[in-house]
Amino acid sequence: MQPRKIFRELCKRPIGMISLGVLVCFYLIALFADFLAPYPTSTQNLDKPFHPPTALTWTSSGLGCKVYQNADAINPDWKPVKNETRSIQWFAEGYDYKFLGFIPANTHLFQLKDSQEGDRIYLLGSDSTGRDVFSRLLKGSQVSLTIGIAGISITLFVGFVVGGLSGYFGGLSDFVAMRFVEFLMAIPGLYLLLSLRAALAPYFKSDQMFYLIVVILAMIGWAGTARVIRGMSLSIRRRPFVQAAESMGQSTWKILFQHILPNLFSYLLVAATLSIPGYILGEAALSFLGLGIQEPAASWGLMLSQAQDMKVFMFNFWWMLTPGFAIFITVIAFNLLGDTLRDIVDPKFQMNRSS
Amino acid sequence: MSTSPPLLDVKDLNITFGSGESATHAVRGIDFSIAKGETVAVVGESGSGKSVTALSLVRLLPPPPTCRIEGDIHFSGHAIQELRTSQLRELRGKSIAYIFQEPSTSLNPVFSIHNQISEALLLHRPEVREISDEIERLLELVKIPNAKKRMHDYPHQLSGGMQQRVMIAMALACRPKLLVADEPTTALDVTIQSEIMELLVELKNEFKMAIMLITHNFGIVSGFADRVIVMFRGNIVEQGPTQEVLNNPQHPYTQALIDCIPKLGKKQERLTTIDYDKISGATQK
Repeated sequence: MQPRKIFRELCKRPIGMISLGVLVCFYLIALFADFLAPYPTSTQNLDKPFHPPTALTWTSSGLGCKVYQNADAINPDWKPVKNETRSIQWFAEGYDYKFLGFIPANTHLFQLKDSQEGDRIYLLGSDSTGRDVFSRLLKGSQVSLTIGIAGISITLFVGFVVGGLSGYFGGLSDFVAMRFVEFLMAIPGLYLLLSLRAALAPYFKSDQMFYLIVVILAMIGWAGTARVIRGMSLSIRRRPFVQAAESMGQSTWKILFQHILPNLFSYLLVAATLSIPGYILGEAALSFLGLGIQEPAASWGLMLSQAQDMKVFMFNFWWMLTPGFAIFITVIAFNLLGDTLRDIVDPKFQMNRSS
Repeated sequence: MSTSPPLLDVKDLNITFGSGESATHAVRGIDFSIAKGETVAVVGESGSGKSVTALSLVRLLPPPPTCRIEGDIHFSGHAIQELRTSQLRELRGKSIAYIFQEPSTSLNPVFSIHNQISEALLLHRPEVREISDEIERLLELVKIPNAKKRMHDYPHQLSGGMQQRVMIAMALACRPKLLVADEPTTALDVTIQSEIMELLVELKNEFKMAIMLITHNFGIVSGFADRVIVMFRGNIVEQGPTQEVLNNPQHPYTQALIDCIPKLGKKQERLTTIDYDKISGATQK
């Protein structure tokens, strides 16, 4: 099925369109995270732990925010100070960052105007060391959202090469590859994840942890994909057009990539969409257990693990759970999109439509 | 027969699937040859080894433990059995091209026919510069109307007859010396059948290629073939010039096969079937 045709079908389905829209928004936000975030992920503000989300008000110079003071000396109990506001400056200069990783910039969407030391705008509150949850959520989305894409790319590539070749050639290579796949699948995922992490950790610095996690997740994930692709390539291989290509003198690799791969495209698209949530959740699980992304970097799973703080439950600091909502929405959106895509590319469905 | 060496010469060809007790002998020691520009029909019931013989010519069958091919196959000076896979690939398509039974499945559903014909061209005739022009020419050759527009169609947008024409165009793209047509008309209705066959003969004369025509259809055999090879259970039971074989069949299987054709104007209660006991007795002798 043609990509353009799939997209046209998708436009007719509100659920799929909404999911796609949400995901596109999330990925755009992740791309522009540094521009949208007012503060760096690691800047602490020890005077203001568990600051609640700042309320916005109108001031004489446009949109502004309230100033809060702690009413309780021991436990965080922030109350707005009457008649004191700070105004917001749009497109202001803030901390330095590199847009897309190589363009130096320091412009941010908003900053507090002439703020004194310790004055912050917390759109989604602050955590136990006074870091801005909103900024961390945005930066964390870069890790959490790209890990799915990166992981699934590796998985699909390895899965296609192993599965496609073993399905195409069959015989001994097929037998060996599939027994190895079964061996991998027989080990419970989380334990394999943890043991791989433990085995590989000494060779990686904490800033390489992102790549390590992608590799670990992909190493576990490719097995199932390879198995399905093997079955499909086995059946496509018997189709006469493959034989026709062979009879024309086409080489094995070209047959694999020119004839078999395009016929798998719609399956791969659905499989990718439906398995990305697994990677996002896998990263979240690892980070939640303290084995994934390391402080002071941010990821949604890591931020959730900080929400385990007893105070969060006692005082109902709901903003600490926003990364959980973000994961929830992303995963739901991917699943709904995957479901819709599957409906579209399913040949049975097409038959119903055309009849 | 002319004295020049035949285009294709097959000697003592044995094809076996599997091994040991479960082995199936698909072809048992057959000899035949095809001369340049000749049309040879291979007839026989399903499972008699026709298609397997055709596929073995350029080793399109599964590799050894599954399927063993023994015997000598000579094609215009090449001993096929001794060629390496890469040399064989050169031969496939360029010297021996295939047309398969089901045109609808022999075309890759996800590519336009332009893509698929250009694949054949790029592979065997890289010297062709204006690929689209060449494709248009080929499609016009196989009488597809409005070729310029139709070449961007996908296989499912074409009718069965047109799909088979595209397959023929693909086979012709490489200018083969031998065209193996494996039941090219079985999936098509009678009027289209004759159109396709007439087209094949026309192209055969134009390109001076030989055709190995595998078929069940005696109508096609008598109309188009120079010679007939009758196969039965992996053996060639009879071969000879078409009219001779059809009018005066020698082997009981050939007789039985011809008797099976329902004849117009002859009153028949039931369709004739083949009495295998009688034939196997004759074959053993």
